[in-house]
Amino acid sequence: MKFLRKKLDAVAPLFEKGGKFEKYYPLYEAGDSFMFSSAHRTQSGPHVRDVIDLKRMMTMVVIALMPTLLWAMFNHGYQTQLANSSYGLTADMAITPGIICDSLWMGLLKFLPIYIVTVVAGGTIEAIFSVVRKHEINEGFLVTSMLFPLIVPASIPLWQVAVGIMFGTLIGKEVFGGTGMNILNPALTGRLFLFIAYPAQISGDVWNIYPSVESGLQVDGHTGATALAEFYTNGAAALNDMNWMDSFLGLTGGSFAETSTLACLIGAVILIATGIGSWRIMLSTLLGMIGMTLLLNFFAPPEVLPDGSLVEHHYMFIDWTWHLVVGGFAFGTVFMATDPVSAAQTDTGKWIYGAMIGILTIIVRVLNPAYPEGMMIAIIFMNIFAPTIDYYVVKANITRREKRLGIQ
Amino acid sequence: MELVNIFLQSAFIENMALAFFLGMCSFLAVSKKVETAVGLGTAVVFVLGITTPLNNLIYDNLLREGSLSWLLGAEKAATVNLEFLSFIAFIATIAATVQIVEMAIDKFSPALYGALGVFLPLIAVNCAILGGSLFMVQREYDVAESTVFGIGAGFGFMLAIVALAAIREKLKYSNVPAGLRGLGITFITTGLMAMGFIIFGGIQL
Repeated sequence: MKFLRKKLDAVAPLFEKGGKFEKYYPLYEAGDSFMFSSAHRTQSGPHVRDVIDLKRMMTMVVIALMPTLLWAMFNHGYQTQLANSSYGLTADMAITPGIICDSLWMGLLKFLPIYIVTVVAGGTIEAIFSVVRKHEINEGFLVTSMLFPLIVPASIPLWQVAVGIMFGTLIGKEVFGGTGMNILNPALTGRLFLFIAYPAQISGDVWNIYPSVESGLQVDGHTGATALAEFYTNGAAALNDMNWMDSFLGLTGGSFAETSTLACLIGAVILIATGIGSWRIMLSTLLGMIGMTLLLNFFAPPEVLPDGSLVEHHYMFIDWTWHLVVGGFAFGTVFMATDPVSAAQTDTGKWIYGAMIGILTIIVRVLNPAYPEGMMIAIIFMNIFAPTIDYYVVKANITRREKRLGIQ
Repeated sequence: MELVNIFLQSAFIENMALAFFLGMCSFLAVSKKVETAVGLGTAVVFVLGITTPLNNLIYDNLLREGSLSWLLGAEKAATVNLEFLSFIAFIATIAATVQIVEMAIDKFSPALYGALGVFLPLIAVNCAILGGSLFMVQREYDVAESTVFGIGAGFGFMLAIVALAAIREKLKYSNVPAGLRGLGITFITTGLMAMGFIIFGGIQL
């Protein structure tokens, strides 16, 4: 480590004021603070005595994302092998250490290109802005670039990954002044942009099955309908072919991160324990989702068969335990809704904000035929209204205090 | 039930400001503070709720082809079509209504008048208001439907402008690039809000 420090110190004068590469100081600073803690001390008050800073906070989020990331890679590889075996290309599947390693490796090969494109494309925008506007490259991008590849489907074309993350970083964050000043979650903004601009590649089943000859005994691509699409076409009847435990663990198809609720739960524990993610938002999103689902269950119309008996086939009959494990609900609740910048800031506001996300998600899933999944767009929608919620919560607080003091 | 559907559709799915981008001038100009945004929003709800059914009556009884039968008799009325007057008639109605409403509020509720202030005369020229009347013609609403449509569209506009105002109050603390400060970033914000509002698009009521 000393060697590295010496090297960095040696090139430092080049980047400091008056140096040759003065303009590119943010790039040097980014590399430096990525490896070492900052030597800067706060010069003027107020001083907060705490070891946590933005860098530590973002690193914790990345750590909390690790289970999801590992599972995403494993599951992607596993699903690929499962597809291979279902066309008789490989032998039967049993989970052995060999299969797990193979799966991880295959998943890594698929995930890595998407991740690299994200970092390079988004990082370029981030670097240009920091050089021109003379602000530091922020660790916030580390999290955004980690989240973004996890919420796109594996079959997405790489140029779309680049376009999406560039839109998210540029319009979602940098034009507002960078990390901490944006109004919408940058990763979700990028994904929403892709969702509107290229709907064919981002949802539904896009790839057909190509047992291709050239690539030997490999299936080139395989997609099936995701659970939510199944629910939409077949209603509660789709549950007959599904296993709750598989969905909970994440042994299903889907975007990288959305499959495993268990991995998201581990992440949630880490975020709550370190105080980085707001437990209020997570809990209220869950409660909002449960409440709305119970309401729909109550009003669900049973289908009358010709012989007079009733069957509960409508989408509205699906209960909350299923809504919890399918689609992006868990991932969105834990990692997206809790974004400290774009979420509501007041405690009461957080309850309202979270509950509305849960409610809107279920409304979009069940009642809006245009989109199979509502998590992303519900979070964006509530990001828009978060400042309004805060405004009225603060105002109500002021009024209450004035009343207590008898001013009003 | 039909009326509830029209309300939800006009307020959320076909939001005047964020789906049709109508009334942009006041939407951008009067969204600096939440309080004034609420004032303008209330005024829009008020005026849309009154002028849309009023224009509906005028259109159905005076302007539409054959609608003058109560005056000229069915045979003669069939040859008269005054639809080309609808724009000027609607605008006249809106301007007159706004004036009358303004005077009435001033007389009976000075507090509300003070709250609405300059926004009442301002929205006489708001295209969302005229848009409300024109949509009413296009979709062939009757009086009850156009009342609900007017109030719903006004409510949607109010929701959007209050949200934008709250965002802009928050943006005061943002370090927006110099060239984008003010209206530039507001346009971008409006675009992002419109992206969020597609959440309701596609719900069939």
